[in-house]
Amino acid sequence: MRCLPGTCNTSVTAAYSRKDGGRVTILSALALPSGSAPALARLSGVSHRYGDVLALDRLDLEVHEGEVLAVLGPNGAGKTTAVSLLLGTLTLQSGAARVFGSAPDAAQVRLRRGAMLQVSGVPETLTVGEHLALFRAYYPSPLPTERLLEMAGLQELRDRRFGKLSGGQKQRVMFALALAGNPELVFLDEPTAGLDLDGRRRLWDEIRGLKAAGRTAVLTTHYLEEADALADRIAVIHRGRLIAEGSPEEIKSRTAGRVVRCVTTISAETARSYPEAAGAEMKGQHLEVVTAEPEAVLRRMFALDPELGDLTVVGVGLEEAFLALTGDGAGPDGNGAGPEGGT
Amino acid sequence: MGASAQPVLRRGVGWHVRIALLETRFQFLSSLRLPAFAIPTLLFPVFFYLFFAVIFQSGGPSLVAPTYMLATYGVFGVLGPSIFGFGVGLAQERDTGALLLKRTTPMPAGAFLFARVATAAIFGAVVVAVLFLLAGFAAGVELHRSQWFSLAGIILAAVLPFSAIGLAIGAWAKQQAAVAVVNLVFIGMSLISGLWVPIYMLPNVMQDIAIAFPAFHLGQLTLKVIDLDLGRSVWFHLVLLGGQTAVCLAVAAAGFRRFSGR
Repeated sequence: MRCLPGTCNTSVTAAYSRKDGGRVTILSALALPSGSAPALARLSGVSHRYGDVLALDRLDLEVHEGEVLAVLGPNGAGKTTAVSLLLGTLTLQSGAARVFGSAPDAAQVRLRRGAMLQVSGVPETLTVGEHLALFRAYYPSPLPTERLLEMAGLQELRDRRFGKLSGGQKQRVMFALALAGNPELVFLDEPTAGLDLDGRRRLWDEIRGLKAAGRTAVLTTHYLEEADALADRIAVIHRGRLIAEGSPEEIKSRTAGRVVRCVTTISAETARSYPEAAGAEMKGQHLEVVTAEPEAVLRRMFALDPELGDLTVVGVGLEEAFLALTGDGAGPDGNGAGPEGGT
Repeated sequence: MGASAQPVLRRGVGWHVRIALLETRFQFLSSLRLPAFAIPTLLFPVFFYLFFAVIFQSGGPSLVAPTYMLATYGVFGVLGPSIFGFGVGLAQERDTGALLLKRTTPMPAGAFLFARVATAAIFGAVVVAVLFLLAGFAAGVELHRSQWFSLAGIILAAVLPFSAIGLAIGAWAKQQAAVAVVNLVFIGMSLISGLWVPIYMLPNVMQDIAIAFPAFHLGQLTLKVIDLDLGRSVWFHLVLLGGQTAVCLAVAAAGFRRFSGR
């Protein structure tokens, strides 16, 4: 009765057969549609192409009940594509996407899920209160208007037209609209993009409130700091692939570090073999080594190549951190295609 | 309003009607507060009629011109809200992401379309009412009661084929382009279809081209009520109008498919 005849069985098989192989799981999935065993939302082996560009490459992603999951990655990593597939606003090309055990755009999923999209506004000539009234009406048990205004810090702005709000205020309205239906699962696609520091901090507070209320949230961001501040778990996506997954502490310990950059005769392979090096590669004439212990790496390098020159040691940027994670994983060579221009 | 912990999975007709009415209310409010939409769509046809049919013709020998223009400016009056509401409004909601956001909610797509058609119909009805008052009281147009009702009915029904044109434009064009295309269609189609200047005064070539446009057929259908049409059969107009509307809807559907594919 949760599934229309014919639609549910086949798609559940598609979603779960990969991992658990078939029938037993199908039965338990039907018995526990939103229970503890299956993830609240999951992408399994999802690939997605825009023309020639591979945006997602066999991505697996799970969202567990009650967690705030940050999907972290540089621009063009495939974060928004992944979220769009879980929202059902993009048509799945290959792999499986399930939310609450159903297709992402199923009616029962829409009732239990809220979303804040990356590029989104609502008609400018309606007031905040009017937009909330409309969105609340879509759901069977919406949150009270007062509560929504309070959660998003909009109490003073109820009668203000959307078009007259600042960027930060608009984002907070979009946040309130995402929560209008009292959703169990909320998707926030780069909620703080384009906000100033103050606006960002403010929205962070609102997002923390979600967690306190026991909701499950998926947040995409390209700021490690933001993922660290808000999430229980971070999934790092780079070039459409999941390259690391873990608690903020784990991810930070793997990405925190320095980049040692210099002109040297030492090869990238040699540098990569150092136990202290998280990754190494040639950028033009320069060798770049990502490491948590630059002193140790430099001692080894000077020992091999006393002539080493044009030396800089800088804090690792997120892009380097992603490279370190890519080189670090047991995956295929990865560096052959060159590090530039992920989409 | 089930008290169970399970979310309500099946929503009845009442829920759909309630959402449709609420969408309409806010769509109407939103349009009314947008001077760029409300002023031209409400005032253009009324001023044109007042100027050309009432003031120009006052004391004139016959009531043919004010009666003729009542039919064609009535059609013109619903063309504006229909194609601007759908064409520009939809392109705007798509560009700003509002449409995408709504697609993630339980809002039924039907309610969204209904709200726009209904808003165009409300604006159209206001225009028709004002035109009828001007025609009846200021210009002295005299018609049978059945003719008044027929005219009003055809003019309001024109919201549907015109909305289909707007839908096709809004589904494809970006907001800025949509404004240009809609204006071009609005003015170009009105002129060539004989909504501004009587069709028989236009060159023959233009009369032939006019057959390609829904506004021509609607103009002829309204003129038929007062026996001032070119004399083709009702079915000729209805079949072509239906075909043109189907083409617009197919173009719109293709635009939406492209939109969800990317």
